[in-house]
Amino acid sequence: MAHDATTGAAGASEARWETMVTDWSSDKQTFRVPWGKAMMWIFLLSDTFIFSCFLTGYMNVRLSTPVPWPNPSEVFGLEVFGVNVPLLLIGIMTFDLITSSGTMALAVNFGYRRDRGRAAALMFITAAFGAIFVGMQAFEWTKLITQEGIRPWGNPMGASQFGATFFMITGFHGLHVSAGVAYLSIVAMKVLRGDYEKRGYEIVEIAGLYWHFVDLVWVFIFAFFYLW
Amino acid sequence: MAADGQQHPLKLYFWIWGLLFLFSGASYATDFLQHGYFRWGLILLFMFLKAGFIIGIFMHMAWERVALIYAILGPPVVLLVLIGLMAVEGDYTELTRLDFFSAPLVPAGHEAGAHEGAAGAEAAH
Repeated sequence: MAHDATTGAAGASEARWETMVTDWSSDKQTFRVPWGKAMMWIFLLSDTFIFSCFLTGYMNVRLSTPVPWPNPSEVFGLEVFGVNVPLLLIGIMTFDLITSSGTMALAVNFGYRRDRGRAAALMFITAAFGAIFVGMQAFEWTKLITQEGIRPWGNPMGASQFGATFFMITGFHGLHVSAGVAYLSIVAMKVLRGDYEKRGYEIVEIAGLYWHFVDLVWVFIFAFFYLW
Repeated sequence: MAADGQQHPLKLYFWIWGLLFLFSGASYATDFLQHGYFRWGLILLFMFLKAGFIIGIFMHMAWERVALIYAILGPPVVLLVLIGLMAVEGDYTELTRLDFFSAPLVPAGHEAGAHEGAAGAEAAH
């Protein structure tokens, strides 16, 4: 391909356009993986840009405000038996997602072994962990809105941008988890029913890619929003 | 390409799973440290370790062909430009705000000849 490009550049512009047509129309396969997997990766790439823009926007507003940023360690702390544990709920949510990532990886493995019972069971377990995550997030939001008085336009603890970035970033991530729970449940049901016996079990890996990505985004949110 | 797709020993997944738990626990522990370069360094270290293991092993990127690896992992590198620009911009905005908000505000029309101060006060509203 590099060779074609150099000869094309030397030739007339018409010849260059011909190379473009042949390159795009010659039934070549660039990515030697099932097309669904390539498309999922490209979708995840676009999602990477969305989440990166959110996190970069958060960095920008946090850097630019002269008002002190609320301390996430205190804001997200929970009182357990009279003791204040910092970031407790967020820690549990992190471990919940990591656990679900492991069960998902095992589901992919059992799918390729054509052990569809175990693959489906592990996918349902993964989806259940995802549902628990969303539940904990709903609890967290409720506590922040009703008890701490955090709003997208302001809060009693400090910089008013805190609420806007928090609800936008965790909300968009929670939406991804919710969609993932539905997606995994549907694929798991089809796996259990034997829909993929002929076509093969790449679909489990593709669904798994999405789920691992959701976990991956949480790794970055946890580091930059909650710990920083 | 094998018909059975990505197939690796279960032992590997359990190892990575354990490591991810370990790194998660370690990053949670950084919350008990004082804010500073040591803490931020550890946060980034554990974050990149977790991200690397998730992408490389759980998402099987380590075994994919180079064409796919570079098509997916290459483009996000340009985000560094955005992050760099926004960091500079954020610092600049903060300095402008500190400068502006620390300037004494003169109520409009109360001081004769203080047109510049009055203009500043109006802009603040």
